[in-house]
Amino acid sequence: MMHRFANPTRFMRVANAILPWCAGLTVLFLAAGLYLGLFRSPADYQQGETVRIMYIHVPSAYMAMFIYAAMAVSSAMALIWKHPLADMIARASAPIGACFTFVTLLTGSLWGQPMWGTWWVWDARLTSVLILFFVYIGYIALVNAFDDPARGAKPAAILALVGAVNLPIIKFSVDWWNTLHQPASVVTMEGPKIDPAMLWPLAFMAVGFNLYYISVGILRLRGEIAAARIRNLQLGLTHG
Amino acid sequence: MIRIMRLLVTRDLRLALRQGSDAAMVIAFFVITVTLFPLGVGPEPNVLARIAAGVVWVTALLATMLSLDRLFQSDYDDGSTDLLILAPVPLELVVLAKVLAHWMLTGLPLILTAPVLAALMNLPEGGYLVLIVSMFLATPTLSLIGSVGAALALGARRGGILISLLVLPLYIPVLIFAVGAVDASITGLTPRPHLLILGAMLAAALPLAPWAAAAALRHSLR
Repeated sequence: MMHRFANPTRFMRVANAILPWCAGLTVLFLAAGLYLGLFRSPADYQQGETVRIMYIHVPSAYMAMFIYAAMAVSSAMALIWKHPLADMIARASAPIGACFTFVTLLTGSLWGQPMWGTWWVWDARLTSVLILFFVYIGYIALVNAFDDPARGAKPAAILALVGAVNLPIIKFSVDWWNTLHQPASVVTMEGPKIDPAMLWPLAFMAVGFNLYYISVGILRLRGEIAAARIRNLQLGLTHG
Repeated sequence: MIRIMRLLVTRDLRLALRQGSDAAMVIAFFVITVTLFPLGVGPEPNVLARIAAGVVWVTALLATMLSLDRLFQSDYDDGSTDLLILAPVPLELVVLAKVLAHWMLTGLPLILTAPVLAALMNLPEGGYLVLIVSMFLATPTLSLIGSVGAALALGARRGGILISLLVLPLYIPVLIFAVGAVDASITGLTPRPHLLILGAMLAAALPLAPWAAAAALRHSLR
C-alpha cells in the first residue's frame, strides 16, 4: 500500500479524484459547524457570547498539533523508507500548520482579553504553542534555505522529528503546571465534559478543518510535484 | 575509541586556542551584552536584582548560539568532515567529542564569568551557588541541542541566522527551568525540582542530539 502510492502520478490520480469531494465536504461541514456554533448553541453562563470564539480556537489548536504530528510521521517515513511522497507531504503541510497555529494564538488572545483581562499570559500552554509556531517557522526556513531544494528535505525531516518533543509538552502542559488556560475538557479519560449542544458544532468544525487540511494539502502537494518536475526538466535541458 | 575521541577533543581545542580569539569573543559578547541591560532599564538595584538571573541566562544562551557556527562549519569548509566520517569511530561519537570541545571553549568560560556578571547585575546573595550549578547542568545541553542546529544548517544560505531560528525555540525549556531554579533559591524555595528537570534534559540530549546531528552531518556531504 505504502509503496504502491510512492509513485507521484498514481498518488495524484487518486488525490485529484478525492479533491472535489473533500473541498465540497469542507464547505458543508464548516457551514454546518458555524451555523450550529453561532446560532443554535447556547451562550455560556459565565462567558456569555465570547464562548463562540472557542468553535474556531479549539479545532484550530487541535489542527496545529495534528498537522505537526502528521509532519513528524511522514518525516520519519521519509527518513526510514526514503518514501518520495512523504517528504513532499511534510513540506506541503508545514505552512498550513503554521497558519492554524497562528489562528489558535490569535483567537486565544481575542478570547483572553475579555475573559482573563489580558491579551497574553506566559503560562505553560500558551508558551508551548508559541514554541510550536516558532518550530514551524524554523522548519519552513530550513526547507527553503538551500540552493538545491532537494538538499533541504532531509535536514527538515530531522528537525521535524526533533521538534516533535514539543507535542506532548503542549498536550500535558495544563496538567503538569498550574496554568491559567483551562485543563482538557473535550478529550479526557472520562469522555467529553461539555454539553452536547456545544460538542456538536465543535465536532463539525474539527471535521471541517481536517477536510480543509486535506484539500489544501492536495493542492499544495500538486504544486510541489509540479515544481519538482520543472526542476528535473530544467536539469535535463542544461545537462542534456 | 576513547583515545580517538581524546585526540579529536584536543585537536579542536588546539585549533581554537591557536587561533586565540574564539573563546575570548564569546566572553566579550557575554560581558558587553549584559552591560547593556543596566544602561537600558536603568540602574536601580531592585530592578536589576529582579531581572539578574534572567538577563545572565538569556545572554549566555545567545552567546552559546553565536558560537555554534564554528562547531562544524570550518571542518565543512576545509573538507575535514569527509575524513571524520571515515574515521574508525562512529560519527555520533565524533559529534560528541566536538560538542565536548565546544562546551569547554564556550560553556566553561561562560560559567566562570557568570558569577561576576551576576554581581554586576546585583543578583541577591542566595542565587550564586544555584546559578553556577544550573549552568553546569544546562550549558552542556545547550551545546548538544546546538550541535543539531549547526549540523542541519550546514551548507545553507545565511546559515548563521538559520541556526538561531532552529535552535532558539528548542532552548526555551532550558531557559525556563534554569531561571526558575535561580529564582526559587532567591525566594527561599528549594531549587531541586528545577535542577532535576535540567538534569533530565541533559540525560535525554546526551544520547539523542549526537545521533540527530550525525545524521544531518552525513547528509550535508551528499
